[in-house]
Amino acid sequence: MATQAQKTHPYHLSEPSALPLFGSIAVLVTAVGAVVFMHTGFYLGLVAGFVLLILMFIAWWRLVISEANNGVDHTEVVKTGLRIGMLLFIASEVMFFFAFFWGWFHSSLPILNNVAGMWPNNDIEPMGASGIPMVNTLILLTSSVTVTVAHHALVEGDRKTATNWTGITAVLGVIFLIIQAYEYWHLVNHQFGLKDGIYPSTFYLATGFHGFHVLVGTTFLIVCYFRLRAGHFTPSAHIGFEAAAWYWHFVDVVWLFLYINVYWWGSSAFGHLKPLVQ
Amino acid sequence: MADTHAHAHGHNDHADHGHHPTGWRRWMYSTNHKDIGTLYLVLAIVASFVGVGFSMMMRLELAEPGLQFIRDQHFYNVLLTAHGLIMVFFVVMPALIGGFGNWFIPLMIGCPDMAFPRMNNISFWLTAVGLILVATSTVIGGGAGTGWTVYPPLSNHTFHPGMSVDFAILSLHVAGAASILGAINFITTIVNMRAPGMTFHRMPLFIWSMLVTAFLLLLALPVLAGALTMLLTDRNFGTAFFEPSGGGDPIFWQHLFWFFGHPEVYIMIIPAFGIVSQVVSTFSKKPVFGYLGMAYAMVSIGFVGFVVWAHHMFTVGFNVETRAYFIIATMIIAVPTGIKIFSWLATMWGGSIEFKTPMLYAMGFIFLFVVGGVTGVTLSNAPVDMAFHDTYFVIAHFHYVLSIAAMYAIFTGMYYWLPKMSGRMYNEKLGQWQFWITFVGVNVLFFPQHFLGMAGMPRRIADYPDAFAGWNMVSSGGAVISLVGALLFFYILWDTLRNGAKAPANPWGVGANTLEWTVDSPAPFHTHEVLPVITAEPAGSHH
Repeated sequence: MATQAQKTHPYHLSEPSALPLFGSIAVLVTAVGAVVFMHTGFYLGLVAGFVLLILMFIAWWRLVISEANNGVDHTEVVKTGLRIGMLLFIASEVMFFFAFFWGWFHSSLPILNNVAGMWPNNDIEPMGASGIPMVNTLILLTSSVTVTVAHHALVEGDRKTATNWTGITAVLGVIFLIIQAYEYWHLVNHQFGLKDGIYPSTFYLATGFHGFHVLVGTTFLIVCYFRLRAGHFTPSAHIGFEAAAWYWHFVDVVWLFLYINVYWWGSSAFGHLKPLVQ
Repeated sequence: MADTHAHAHGHNDHADHGHHPTGWRRWMYSTNHKDIGTLYLVLAIVASFVGVGFSMMMRLELAEPGLQFIRDQHFYNVLLTAHGLIMVFFVVMPALIGGFGNWFIPLMIGCPDMAFPRMNNISFWLTAVGLILVATSTVIGGGAGTGWTVYPPLSNHTFHPGMSVDFAILSLHVAGAASILGAINFITTIVNMRAPGMTFHRMPLFIWSMLVTAFLLLLALPVLAGALTMLLTDRNFGTAFFEPSGGGDPIFWQHLFWFFGHPEVYIMIIPAFGIVSQVVSTFSKKPVFGYLGMAYAMVSIGFVGFVVWAHHMFTVGFNVETRAYFIIATMIIAVPTGIKIFSWLATMWGGSIEFKTPMLYAMGFIFLFVVGGVTGVTLSNAPVDMAFHDTYFVIAHFHYVLSIAAMYAIFTGMYYWLPKMSGRMYNEKLGQWQFWITFVGVNVLFFPQHFLGMAGMPRRIADYPDAFAGWNMVSSGGAVISLVGALLFFYILWDTLRNGAKAPANPWGVGANTLEWTVDSPAPFHTHEVLPVITAEPAGSHH
């Protein structure tokens, strides 16, 4: 690879790296560990796989951050490429949730349903829209505002404000997760467990994968918080922050669809063949 | 096709600035698009030994009625499942997309490498992990006998209690993640890194084909990932997505699978369109007829490909309106496909055609794809499909388009680009022999399967009534001829790498006017470090 002095193009050519091979081995360990766990209950292989994967992610993103900070590799063209890459990644995530929403509508719409006209199946008391999910909706919507406040402050060069509001956003994410954990605990003990049929299946997998994405997004924001404190971001160069904010908005929008369809409409009698048994 | 007047000077000035990775690190840790492309091609070749080997076992078993050497019919199902999964995910996709895409996207759009070189590497290694997992599924836990479609209830815990289906599910998960990362890389590279002056409407058609394919990968594979996750939790954690006793629905799996599966078949054939367009133009010494029509035909095929999925499910009991919609939507795809076929013919029309091996393969592709396309239109008709569903007619149809047309595109690309990749020329005489042996072989192999299907022979059986004996014997004979062709190809490959004459930068003459022919053969480790400038109008608009 050309040294920087010789470089005749605006692109970033990476040096050879052991991380992809290491990460793929981690994936192999995780997959084999998962199958063994599901069939025998032996979980150490799966745990080892996750540990290796997390190590790979940490090492990989440390490398990316060092490249972002060296002032040479991330040219304007490279930054545009990173933005396009993040948008495409989010598009693929949207299609992942598309599958679970499809499952939800396939099961719950009377015209398609397979549950003898009953929704939820087997007289399950559905999760309602008021109370906990309403609080979580307000938390996520607020967090979308706080991350935007942070972004504006960052663009205007007010690093301290940006840092604080990013931290507040991450705290809101953590609160959301704690409340969702409580919601699950309450549901499992009082209303329905994962194995109670199609309504719990769609409910737990759709909201559960959303919760996992909140966890990822919160982690991303926490990293941004420390990078802001360390002065990694400038008003004109903060791709990492931008990606975290985009990801956070994506998580927020998925939640709105979940809230409207799964929590609100899913617990109302509207559109179903039979009024709900409460 | 782009650019005929690139200022291509100075490309190789930097070919020797030292410290290239060497030895095993060069391949294990690679961040070089050419090396990663080569790795993908090697992986596809290794996987093809297994995938083709399994199909040969099936054809030998089916040569005569009665069971020959397969005692357990579940084992036959394992063979056909592994054959399908390996050929789709670990032969055709890695060769056409990972192999040729990695090699030639940067070379043809005029940039030094892919947008995300490290991510490019993990795409490859994850594909290798997927291959290991699918191979594991055939030997541990009794084997997955589900077919590549993995339909529940056959694939659920009741009928496949072992580890095999879980290994197969995770194999597809990992290979899918690899493909999504690859798609992000391809799209970003094509959108962001084209050489100065190479507008979208000046991109070679192979690049258009890669762009459309990458979008299909990006949007279809996550849906498969969701479906696989649901199947995994149904099997292991007690959810009821596909379980009627819990209010779920096995038909829902078919919807999700084919919402992915139909774009997936275009993922395998659109790269072939791109390669064939380059080759037909090169050897006819004419720009492609109707360049824009060709580009947007691929775009519209990709788009419509997302809204026709239920034509794979005509027998599940849809109402008439649903069937009518999916019939019409499916038939509409024949329009852009027809644009492509006739534009290739019009490109050849009046051209000074050279019948070199890649051109023979490209023309073979057009013939085979038309045969498979015509039976596709036949099958798109729901009432007809009700009769042909799950018969050998379907096998014949999709092997014409995928197995042999897509494989023909791989052969086309290999013969066309081997001089660029290896720096050596293949033996033209042997190449032409290999084409004709394969052409006879695959047609003898698959054409009689139309007759078997129309006579009612079901797919996925290891034994059959005596009435089907004749054409099955012919078909198995064709398989042996095809195998001879495949083995001859591997000999030609070995012979080229070992004894081939040195290839010039452009061995194909004036017809080959895309950027990859402006750099040395073999292409140096780094290319286009001085970005070429494209000044030509798109070919096709000024001829």
